[in-house]
Amino acid sequence: MSAHTYATLVDLAAGTLLLSAVLVVWRRDLQATARLLAVQGAALGAIPILSGVRRGDVQLVVVGVAVVTLRAVVFPKLIAVRLRGELAHEREGAPLVNTTASLLVTATLVIVAYALSRPLVRLDASSAARAAPVGYALVLIGVFLLVTRRKALSQVVAFLVLDNGIDAVAFLATLGVPVVVELGASLDVLLAVVILGVLTGRMHAKFGGTDLDELRELRE
Amino acid sequence: MTGAGVAGAAVQVVAVAAGSPLLVGWMRQVRARLEGRIGSGVLQPYRDLRKLARKQSIVPEGTTVVFATAPAFIAATMLVVAAIVPTVTVASPMDGVGDLFVVVGLLLIATVALILAALDTGTPFGGMGASRETTIAALVEPAILVAVFALSIRANSSNLAAIVTATAHRPGDVLTPAGALAFAALVVVVAAETGRLPIDNPATHLELTMVHEAMVLEYSGPRLALVEWGASMRLAVLVGLLANLYLPIGVAGAHAGAAGLVVGVGAIAAKTALLAGALAAGEVFVAKVRLFRVPELLAGSFLLGLLAVTAAYFLAPRGA
Repeated sequence: MSAHTYATLVDLAAGTLLLSAVLVVWRRDLQATARLLAVQGAALGAIPILSGVRRGDVQLVVVGVAVVTLRAVVFPKLIAVRLRGELAHEREGAPLVNTTASLLVTATLVIVAYALSRPLVRLDASSAARAAPVGYALVLIGVFLLVTRRKALSQVVAFLVLDNGIDAVAFLATLGVPVVVELGASLDVLLAVVILGVLTGRMHAKFGGTDLDELRELRE
Repeated sequence: MTGAGVAGAAVQVVAVAAGSPLLVGWMRQVRARLEGRIGSGVLQPYRDLRKLARKQSIVPEGTTVVFATAPAFIAATMLVVAAIVPTVTVASPMDGVGDLFVVVGLLLIATVALILAALDTGTPFGGMGASRETTIAALVEPAILVAVFALSIRANSSNLAAIVTATAHRPGDVLTPAGALAFAALVVVVAAETGRLPIDNPATHLELTMVHEAMVLEYSGPRLALVEWGASMRLAVLVGLLANLYLPIGVAGAHAGAAGLVVGVGAIAAKTALLAGALAAGEVFVAKVRLFRVPELLAGSFLLGLLAVTAAYFLAPRGA
């Protein structure tokens, strides 16, 4: 594919990543945020697939397919499994930071991410590297969500946004990640999500809610 | 300042002045049909204006010249905006002052005039509508400026005609993430500025849910006709501007002849009808958001505009 098409498609993928992260901050409905995670995973996987097609590197395409399978299919499925039954219509009821303030903080974080990654972008003038600040923005937004969300599953979603951001920086700023490294990191995250999912289920069964702020003291 | 430009500006003013009630009627008809009603026809706003113009004007006791002159202010500023905004032609003689900031300021003059008139009446509904409208107007200003700024980065100018011309030369520029994000932000901004769903329901008859209608509750007769006409002109200008920022096909240039102007009028009429129909159809599926959540929606629109600006600066392929 031509350089212009590649640049446009990478920009589109990076834009989708950022927009889905902003929508995860905006929407408080957990099922909606799980679906947005799927969109984000698909956009993230598109980046190594595009790089692989452009450079003719099969390994990158395999990495991309693995990323899409894991982050756009498996992780949202694991979260959706937890959101059945009583938890089906879970929402962030009383957030620590209200939505308007969260959106304005997200705007600040995006600007901070762009400022932070100026030295990185200066190293490489390619279109993919110019989109690397989007990965940093995702990392910062993920950390912000982890801090300000109360429900356990929202924090799992936030953790996955953070991990998507780390992967985005890896794919955009470098020439590619080997399959072994990517699979190793992803397996780690997969185990974490599975354990957190099981823990959420046990929490709900025992305490009747997954609001982590309620778990402030030890009980019998 | 060319002859075609002057003629184009005059045609713009006449078209917006005469055609904006038709646009309102078209949006109401689309909504009615989608809701399963027959609707009152696209010419109903004209009949309403004619009826209002012949009615007696009742002025509440204790109001001052503010109440009396606000409708004239609204209609006048809307006519000036219609002359500036590049709908039919990009070579309007007001080009020198046709900046984005000027247009936004003029729209704000109309809003402030109505707010002051509503406060002047001294009624609780007027005060309530005025305070709500002030909140919305204050929050929509940064959103509209940032969103159109994202589009102006590519054109290197905040002059609306320059932005439309730049997009006409390179149509692919609006298909970028920056363009898409700015479009989403601008749709919310247009809904907020013109008082349509999901920010304000124009067809409500419950005073506690009103924003724009609460401000004009005390108006009657010809003054009410002026206010309604001004509101429909605001809708026409904003929807036309949005259509031309993204799809500047058929806009007359600086040296267009009479045929070019006719094509320009036809093109903007078609584009506005299409976009307005889509907006009206979208309105059928959304509910009015609570007033306390309107700042959330407008902050989201501001954030989308800001993301569009960052995308335009940083994700733009240089020289591609």
